[in-house]
Amino acid sequence: MKKKTTIVMSAMIVGASIFAACSKLLPSAIDPQNGLSSPVDLSNAQNVLFAHGNDVFFANRTAANGLGPYFVAISCGSCHASDNRGHPFTMLTRFGQSDTTGNKFLNKGGPQLQNNNLPGYLPQQMPPGATSSRFIAPITAGSGFLEAVPDSAILAMAASNANNADGVRGHPNYNSIPSYITPFANAIPRGDGKYICRFGRKASTYNLVQQVASAYNHDMGITSSYMPFNPYNYLDQTLPALPSSPEVSDDDFNAVVFYVQCLQTPIQRNANDPTVQHGNQVFNQIGCETCHKQALTTGYSPIDALSYQTFSPFTDLLVHDMGAGLDDGYTEGNALTTEWRTAPLWGLGLAPGVQGGTYYLMHDGRARSIEQAIQMHGGEAATSAGRFNNLSNEDKSALLTFLKSL
Amino acid sequence: MKIALSFSLLLFFIFSFCRSNAQIDSSLLKISSQDSAKAGLTMDAIYERPFLKLGKLPVSIGGYVESNWQYVSHSGTTVGHQFQFRRFSLFVASTIAKRIKFLSEIEYENDPQGDPDQASAGGEFEMEYAALDIELHPLLNLRGGIIVNPIGAFNQNHDGPKWEFTDRPIAMTQMLPGTWNNTGFGIYGKQYINDWMFGYEFYLTGGFNDLIIDNPEGKTFLPAAKSNTGRFTSSASGEPLYSGKISVRNEKIGELGLSFMSDVYNTWQVQGTTIDNKRKVNVFDIDFNTKIPKLNTNIVTEWAWVNVQVPPNYSEQYAQKQFGGFIDVVQPIVSGKILGWENATLNIALRGEYVDWNVGHFQSTGKRMYNELWSVMPAISFRPTPQTVLRFNYRHQMQRDITGNTIGDNIGSTAGFSLGLSTYF
Repeated sequence: MKKKTTIVMSAMIVGASIFAACSKLLPSAIDPQNGLSSPVDLSNAQNVLFAHGNDVFFANRTAANGLGPYFVAISCGSCHASDNRGHPFTMLTRFGQSDTTGNKFLNKGGPQLQNNNLPGYLPQQMPPGATSSRFIAPITAGSGFLEAVPDSAILAMAASNANNADGVRGHPNYNSIPSYITPFANAIPRGDGKYICRFGRKASTYNLVQQVASAYNHDMGITSSYMPFNPYNYLDQTLPALPSSPEVSDDDFNAVVFYVQCLQTPIQRNANDPTVQHGNQVFNQIGCETCHKQALTTGYSPIDALSYQTFSPFTDLLVHDMGAGLDDGYTEGNALTTEWRTAPLWGLGLAPGVQGGTYYLMHDGRARSIEQAIQMHGGEAATSAGRFNNLSNEDKSALLTFLKSL
Repeated sequence: MKIALSFSLLLFFIFSFCRSNAQIDSSLLKISSQDSAKAGLTMDAIYERPFLKLGKLPVSIGGYVESNWQYVSHSGTTVGHQFQFRRFSLFVASTIAKRIKFLSEIEYENDPQGDPDQASAGGEFEMEYAALDIELHPLLNLRGGIIVNPIGAFNQNHDGPKWEFTDRPIAMTQMLPGTWNNTGFGIYGKQYINDWMFGYEFYLTGGFNDLIIDNPEGKTFLPAAKSNTGRFTSSASGEPLYSGKISVRNEKIGELGLSFMSDVYNTWQVQGTTIDNKRKVNVFDIDFNTKIPKLNTNIVTEWAWVNVQVPPNYSEQYAQKQFGGFIDVVQPIVSGKILGWENATLNIALRGEYVDWNVGHFQSTGKRMYNELWSVMPAISFRPTPQTVLRFNYRHQMQRDITGNTIGDNIGSTAGFSLGLSTYF
């Protein structure tokens, strides 16, 4: 009997102690280089708000708390998994504007076609005559830094292209801003009252407040204090619904804006690898850096961690003519249908991790590899794309290695 | 180090508890079984519990309790030490006449692992079971009231003290709705022939509602319907949920159960006016349990397939098909008189689990949807009596979201320890 008791006590205490003491049996923290959801350096109070925003950002919406009746996705996190790029299953369709004179289909549910609807509602359909383009969700991380880049810096980047030998030009997308938006203190509006916008595939959205309000409304069918009407479907023959109160509270809304503003920028991996460094040189030599700017600097921000910071988004926030191959016949603001905002390349190497192990690049995910994406560059980028095609295999490989390190 | 220290203290207190003397005269209470079957089927589990009979009163009472400590890390982030009182269940059985009996079970449940809806709502009391049985013939019994639908093995055989793991099987609680109960009526029966036993159950009850495809989980989630307590008086679709099970048991081979549920889950008409198409949820489940002779190794396994008609133009996050299950292997390593208990057992055990909440391929890319989880959980359990278990588990779990991403909230690698106790009383 003593033998049994000894076995039992030994088995339980020794076994349990080994388990409990062995920290190796617990998962280690995600390497910050592989994750995008960390905040910038915040105060404790700011961290509380950031955590609240994180919860709301990834909270799934239901019909009972505002989803729909027409929607694309059920949460912010559905499109921006891990604060990275989106997947084609949450791709959205924008329609109704084919030139710089504005959207002609707002009374038909424009500017966005919600491809999902709650049971009992009719699916939305493209109004006859409308042109459209499909957008895959962009990376969220680092957005606060892009927001804090002063207009003067954007204008300076545009000016620097004036004599570019490759024909790179690029210009800011000046657009009207909604009445609920307060322009930045250092904003430089155009004479016609339009402001430099910077978010979205066409750079037609002014700041992250507008971006979040539009995403809630257009992507999830959720009203806010800023956009109080639900999207509607003209085929259902009902007027845009005005819920009695906003479906996302101001507290939650502001927390999400703060969360997106304070997401850390993606961290480059293997930056000291000679191949990566060589690829960076090739990137500059063939002219990619002319638009995909490696270093931008923020201006003043009320959030200290975002103020006067130099960072590497690989974008100039300008719209450029990308050629007929990328002309969907749809546009926003004062961009032409061939013009697209330079996509930030940061976090590019992490994209397959949120896109099912493969790449879905360009505005609608049509490019299935980085190489394919480069070769789809036309218009102002055609010269650089041509140089890429003429690179030696070694240089081409180094360039791709560099891009995957971002 | 902190974990080890905390764990040692816990172990000390629990052993102190286990060795303390009873404070009531147990001779006044007599443990009895409500089912006289020589070896019951899983479907009898609700009746095969230790009940206490007090004198000659026609009422028997019983219950069980589950509580545990847990330390879990999700991708390197932990909420630290958690002390959880998961459930307290009280059952009362009475024999009304010779072949008429009534059983009820009231449960306080606060189960952050098994039922996320409940975790967010906090603990609650629920009438889990309250049914009257009338025997017309051993092969034909009537049952009516609040019943636990006979889907799979775990749904009806879920009492904490019966298991060597603190956590309930994930597929059986977060894909199927664990302890899924409804108001309804049905028939059941059993037949014995030598080493063979056959049993069946068939019920018409209330059922699911739209929450299974419209819930904060963001996925097809049958357990979401549990939060609709109105289902005990009102059916969302106005149509019955059909559920049934057949089981075959051989004393030498084991028990095989096949079960199903089928229901129109959505509210498709309002005040007589049609507002939507009828949409069905179908569940098929297979379970098996056996004990390997000589080794006394117990094996319990259950796997289920869920098929839900999701509206067209609805997010692909809400799946049309799901699949999942678990297998438990429990090996007694020491049994007999241990630490002064006459009929004690020390077991080692292992549970393997897998759930795919979104079986299928994306329409947009043709590639596979993931939203899957697998988990391995080794365990040591000590049973001072067959009705009381002290169990220590380690869980290693990996979860991917719908696109296969492993970095983010509630996905990725999770591991943790838990030490719990559960006992009938």
